[in-house]
Amino acid sequence: MDHTPILIVLVPLTSALLIPFLAMGGGRFARAGLLFATAGSLLCSILALRASLEGEVLSYHVGGWPPPWGIEIVIDPLSGVMATLVSFLAVLAAFYSGPYLSGWTARRTGTFCSLFALLVTGLQGIVVTGDLFNLYVFLEISSISAYALLSSGGSKAIVAVFRYLLIGTVAASFYLIGVGYLYAMTGTLNMADMAARLPETSDSPVIVVAVSFIVIGLAIKAALFPLHGWLPDTYTYAPGPVIGFVAAVMTKVSAYALYRILFYVFVAGTGPREPLLLLGWASVIAVVAGSLMALAQKDVQRMLAYSSIGQMGYIMLGIAIGTPLALTGALLHVVNHAVMKGCLFMAVNGVQWRLGVFRVCDFAGMGRRLPLTMAAFTVAALSMIGLPPTAGFFSKYYLALAALESGYFPFLAALILSSLLGAVYFFRVLEKVYLSPENDEETRDTSELPFPMLAPILTLAVLALLLGLFNQTVVTELIQPGLPS
Amino acid sequence: MEAETLSFVNYCLAASLFLIGLYGILARPHLVRKLMAMNILQVAVIVFFIILGYKSDATPPIVRHGDETPIARNYINPLPHTLMLTAIVVSVSTTGVALALLIRIHRRFGTLDESELMEKLK
Repeated sequence: MDHTPILIVLVPLTSALLIPFLAMGGGRFARAGLLFATAGSLLCSILALRASLEGEVLSYHVGGWPPPWGIEIVIDPLSGVMATLVSFLAVLAAFYSGPYLSGWTARRTGTFCSLFALLVTGLQGIVVTGDLFNLYVFLEISSISAYALLSSGGSKAIVAVFRYLLIGTVAASFYLIGVGYLYAMTGTLNMADMAARLPETSDSPVIVVAVSFIVIGLAIKAALFPLHGWLPDTYTYAPGPVIGFVAAVMTKVSAYALYRILFYVFVAGTGPREPLLLLGWASVIAVVAGSLMALAQKDVQRMLAYSSIGQMGYIMLGIAIGTPLALTGALLHVVNHAVMKGCLFMAVNGVQWRLGVFRVCDFAGMGRRLPLTMAAFTVAALSMIGLPPTAGFFSKYYLALAALESGYFPFLAALILSSLLGAVYFFRVLEKVYLSPENDEETRDTSELPFPMLAPILTLAVLALLLGLFNQTVVTELIQPGLPS
Repeated sequence: MEAETLSFVNYCLAASLFLIGLYGILARPHLVRKLMAMNILQVAVIVFFIILGYKSDATPPIVRHGDETPIARNYINPLPHTLMLTAIVVSVSTTGVALALLIRIHRRFGTLDESELMEKLK
C-alpha cells in the first residue's frame, strides 16, 4: 500500500511531537524541525497531487480498515491542490518566521514551532480526510493550536483570541450536531458512503436541519459576513509569521470543507436552490460590507482583515451560485486569495517588525525605504483589486461570468462595486507608499528586510503574477479536475 | 415511561442544554461564566450523541460465548459513544487553552469582567 496520503498529515504531526525535544539542543534545531515538517508535508502533497491528476483517486485506509468502517484518506485533484497550497504556504511561513524568532529563548521557540506544526497537521487533515467526524477532530486540532499561536501577540491579542475561542467552539459544536443528525439518518460517517445513502432520505426535514447546522458552523469558521465578528481583532493583534499563514489558508480551508460537504456529500446541484441562495445573499452583503469596513480602517493590518471578510464573500458567492463556471471561480479564488493575502500580510508584518509602524499614514515614503517589500505589496494589492494580468482578475472574471450566465445581476453588481471599493482602499495605501514624502527625515533604518523574510514575500508576489499569466493552464490542469462530476 | 416518551424527554434535555449554553455565552458578562456556558454547550452535544446510540432493553455489543446467532436488535450502537470520547478530549483541551488564556488576561488586566476589560483595552 502506498503511504503517501497519510504522510501528508503524519509528517507534521510527528514533528510537532519531536520539536520540543529538538528545542533542548537550541532554537535552531526547533526551526529546522519545523522546516522539515512543512517541507515533508509539501513533498508528499505534490506526489499525491501528481498521482491524482493522472486520473486515479488515491484512497488510503487508516489502520487497514476499509471504509465505511475505518477512516478513509481521499486524495482527488481537489484535495491534492488544497493540500499542496496549505503546505506550500506553511513552508514559506516557516521560512519567514526565522528572523522573527531569532531573539527568543530555545524553549519558547520550541513551543512556537511545535504548535505551528500542529496547526499544519490540523489543516492538512481537514483537507485530506474522507470522514465527517475525523474532519471535526482535525478542525479542532487546527483551531486549538491556532488559539495558542495567535494569542502570543500581546495582551490585546489574548482577549481577542479568548473571544475567538468561544465563537470557534460554538461553531465546531454546530458542525458536530449537524454530523450527528446525518449519522442518525444514514448510519455512516464516510463522505462517499453518505453521498450514496442520502438520496433515499433527501426530502426529510432532518436533512435540512443537518445542513443548516453544518453550514452555520463552517460559515463561522470561514468568517462569512454576519458571523465574522471574531476575525478583525484576532487578525489585527496576531504575531507576524502566524498571521501570514492563518490569514492565507485557515478560513479558506473551512470554505473548502463547506464546498466538499455541499457538493460531494449532498450533491447540491440536485437539491432545492433556496438554502444556497440564502448563502449567496449573505455573501453579497459580505462582499460589500467587508470592503466598506476596510475603507474605514486606519490600521493597515485591520484593513487587510476586513478585506479578507469581503474576499471570503467572493468564494462563498461562487459556491452559492453553484454552476461549474462559478465553482471554477471560487476554487481559483481560494488559491489566488491565499497567495495574495499571504503576501500582503507578510509584507505589512515585515514593515511592522522592522519599523514598528502599522497605520496607513505611517506608510508614507515606504516605497523608498523598503523598495522590494513594497513592490511585492503593490503587486499583491493590484491583484486583490483585480487588475489584469494579475491572478485576482481571473477569479473575479469567472465569478462575474457565472453570475451573468445564471442571471443573478445583484451578485454581479456587488462584485463590481466591491472591486471599485477595493481599488479605493488599496490605492489609499499605495498613494502613501509612493507619492507622499517620508514622515521623519532622519532615516532610522533604510535597509531592506532580511532575506528569510523577503524571499517568501517576493515568491508570493511572483506567484500572484504567474497564476494570472498562466491562468488558462492552472484552470484546465488543476482547478477543473476538482469540480464535482 | 415508554421508550419513545423517554427519548423525547432526553432530546428536549439536550436541546435545552444547548440553548442554555448559547444564552450563557452571549449574555453573561463574566468571562469564566462564558467559559462554563461553553462547556454546557459541549455537554449538550455529547448528550445528544449518547441518546442517539441508546436503546432500551439492549446490551453493549459483546457476543456471549456460545451465542451462535447474535441478533443486532439486542445490542446498542457503540459508535456514537466512542465518538464522544474523542469529543470529550477535544472539550477538555479547549477548556485547558481557555483557562490558560484567562489566567493571562487576569494577570495583565486584573479583571475578568467583560465591560471592565473593554474599558481597560481602550
